[in-house]
Amino acid sequence: MAEQDDDAAGPLVRPYAMTHGRTRASADFDLITLVVAARAARTDEGWEPEHLAILERARHPVSVAELAAAVNLPAGVVRVLLDDLRARGALIVRMPAARTARPDLDLLKAVAHGLQAL
Amino acid sequence: MAYKHSEDDLPTALKILIAGGFGVGKTTMVASLSEVDPLRTEEVITAESVGIDDLSGVEGKSTTTVALDFGRITLAGNLILYLFGTPGQDRFWFVWDELATGALGAVVLADTRRLADSFPSVDFFEKRGMPFLVAVNCFDGAKRYRPEDIRVALDLDDDVRVMLTDARDRQSAKEVLIAFVEDLIRRARQGGDE
Ligand SMILES: Nc1nc2c(ncn2[C@@H]2O[C@H](COP(=O)(O)OP(=O)(O)O)[C@@H](O)[C@H]2O)c(=O)[nH]1
Ligand SMILES: [Mg+2]
Repeated sequence: MAEQDDDAAGPLVRPYAMTHGRTRASADFDLITLVVAARAARTDEGWEPEHLAILERARHPVSVAELAAAVNLPAGVVRVLLDDLRARGALIVRMPAARTARPDLDLLKAVAHGLQAL
Repeated sequence: MAYKHSEDDLPTALKILIAGGFGVGKTTMVASLSEVDPLRTEEVITAESVGIDDLSGVEGKSTTTVALDFGRITLAGNLILYLFGTPGQDRFWFVWDELATGALGAVVLADTRRLADSFPSVDFFEKRGMPFLVAVNCFDGAKRYRPEDIRVALDLDDDVRVMLTDARDRQSAKEVLIAFVEDLIRRARQGGDE
């Protein structure tokens, strides 16, 4: 059985090359923060290939965690790249519902109904 | 070229954690419920986030990574529910903290053959005051217990629901999630007694 060990902790190769050593993105980017591209990248903006890959994947709304899985980069790296994209107006960001306040009753009811309808 | 997106078009994202010991069925449950094959993302752990000692096995490295399995359920009303399997319980608490932030709560899976494996998860959510329920994953050949016996063995508060489930079965896993959200609704109603 090829069960993968969740606890496997391997050393990270090439940690933050494409983020130029930056490790701390804005704390805004939770794993389920949703983002969507606001516009296409311009060629004169000096983006790294990873920025472009992310922007392309974000043509439709997508979470930070899904982006990280899709472009095969650690979530922390993706956060830094998303910060860059947002700073240049290329990205729209939507905070998760429950980050700031306790989820309200209407939202919980909508989740229950949604699950029942599956 | 601008696209026709605004922040208001973006769905509302929610998350529920699927916790429990290694091999208890977390990834199985995520897979049963997710509309896509479970995805895997990596979080980078720096020495400062876990304490230097915990990384002593990785000589000369200041960072290591931990893999997270997660799945997605798109719900009516422009909602997306993400399910995250929690990583190993003996370390990586830093990742648990991050996962728990903003989560609706957690499903703690338990295996009656190794009930003690669920203690650290139960402790974590109790300490955080985060809502959770315990779902006993009924493995073939494992002795059946009544939910009340599990409650006693895990020393659970009365408001923590205990259910029996089969993580491989979508319907059964769905019932666990629905029961959990209904508990949350009940709590929100009680807490909001104006
Ligand atoms: N018989 C049975 N096997 C299960 C059940 N849930 C999970 N398994 C198996 O148990 C093993 C571990 O499950 P997995 O989901 O990877 O556990 P995790 O470590 O908690 O993510 C896998 O081989 C699963 O196929 C169950 O309800 N019944
Ligand atoms: Mg797993």
